[in-house]
Amino acid sequence: MEWDWNFVWQIMPTLIQGVKITILATLLGSLLAAAFGLAIALLRRSPNRAVSRTTAFVAEFIRGTPLLVQLYVIFYVLPDIGILLPPLLAGVIGLGLHYGTYTAEVYRAGIDNVPRGQWEAAKACNLTERQTWIRVILPQALPPMIPALANYFIAMFKETPLLSAITVLELMNQAKSVANSSYRYIEPITMVGAFFLAISLVSVVALRWLEHRYGRIER
Amino acid sequence: MAEPIIAIDGISKSFGSFKVLDSLSMNVMPGEKLALIGPSGSGKTTILRILMTLERIDSGHIRVEGEELYHLPGNGGFLPADERHLARMRQKIGMVFQLFNLFPHMCVLDNVTLAPRLNKGVTRAEAEKRAMELLDMVGMSAKAKAMPAQLSGGQKQRVAIARALALSPRIMLFDEVTSALDPELVEEVLNVMRKLAAETDMTMLLVTHEMGFAHDFADRVLFFDRGRIIEEGKPDEIFRNPRQERTQTFLKKIIAAGHRV
Repeated sequence: MEWDWNFVWQIMPTLIQGVKITILATLLGSLLAAAFGLAIALLRRSPNRAVSRTTAFVAEFIRGTPLLVQLYVIFYVLPDIGILLPPLLAGVIGLGLHYGTYTAEVYRAGIDNVPRGQWEAAKACNLTERQTWIRVILPQALPPMIPALANYFIAMFKETPLLSAITVLELMNQAKSVANSSYRYIEPITMVGAFFLAISLVSVVALRWLEHRYGRIER
Repeated sequence: MAEPIIAIDGISKSFGSFKVLDSLSMNVMPGEKLALIGPSGSGKTTILRILMTLERIDSGHIRVEGEELYHLPGNGGFLPADERHLARMRQKIGMVFQLFNLFPHMCVLDNVTLAPRLNKGVTRAEAEKRAMELLDMVGMSAKAKAMPAQLSGGQKQRVAIARALALSPRIMLFDEVTSALDPELVEEVLNVMRKLAAETDMTMLLVTHEMGFAHDFADRVLFFDRGRIIEEGKPDEIFRNPRQERTQTFLKKIIAAGHRV
């Protein structure tokens, strides 16, 4: 088996199409995971026991089952009850829900790290619950958790090939399709690895910068 | 005789099996400067925290300016107060904490203007003008744009006092406000409080281990032990001539620990 550069250049436009979808799925999935995780973290702190327990159970359930199974449920099972989603949307929802249960833990730790005195000072200043969250707690809790959140988003990025199982034409799926039609695997699959490695390396550098920038808060 | 601004009637509070306050009653008159002293765990800080609604009471009643703090009339008796009532009552009260609790992500000026801007319907310009006056009073106007992390403990505490004053409370609660400070920084905070006492008619409740300051500052001193007030009187009576044995023991220990009386 020999490496064929001509073949590489030939399949490049298709692969780049795939890279775009992979990045899009990661970005949208990250946004959803960030929002969903925050919602879980806040609901788990609800004084209403039914709400906090149910949230904890749902989060534990999602975290305890494989992403691939969840993707199948969202894309292949939900249509049975009339919910038909386009592949990319189904994939983004799967990534967002699954990683949301992890980011929820990051939020929980970050919120718990805000000293109790901040809540008390907010109360002594007669801020409402909502004002306390938005003006006092989250601005202190969020910056230190940015590196940990970014870490999960990089992990999510490397799991996007799973979306090929539900027909999303992301990088892995594009590579498989050119491989299947040309019977050459070495170039497409190697290029998939190369693309992931390149983007991961850039992300890690960005992560280090984030850690430096937001990792600590001065008190 | 005037009505008390704070009337505490038979309140109790337990943390688990530990009874911090044991059917305690006391009155505070408008404008009065009160020092609460006693060993740690005697309930003096808990009183302040209950008045600021940071802790709930298990039983009893508190009236602030004649209004029930934790109860609303209803059903021919009393119902627990809702958050709206508590928020309205909190406007009467300000608190300064042992650990300052400044908002670390905001500059000094924003710390002082945040609550007035959000809840008193004043514009940013008005809030900042008033904040600068208050910062001037506590000697911190030159640091208005500094972040809390850039300040010393004494400076932080003076900002915290300005922040509490910005809401124009009628009652100020000071919870061991100098305990976390290096000795050389204590005096600058006490000076601000002296000034406050001289220039305003605010009612002030002070939990402190600074017996010398309590002596000069307070109109009345309450000695707490095991959730009850076991002795109270004018500073001279308590510090020079305590009647209760436990007060005498406590003051001896404090003096032995190097505090001035």
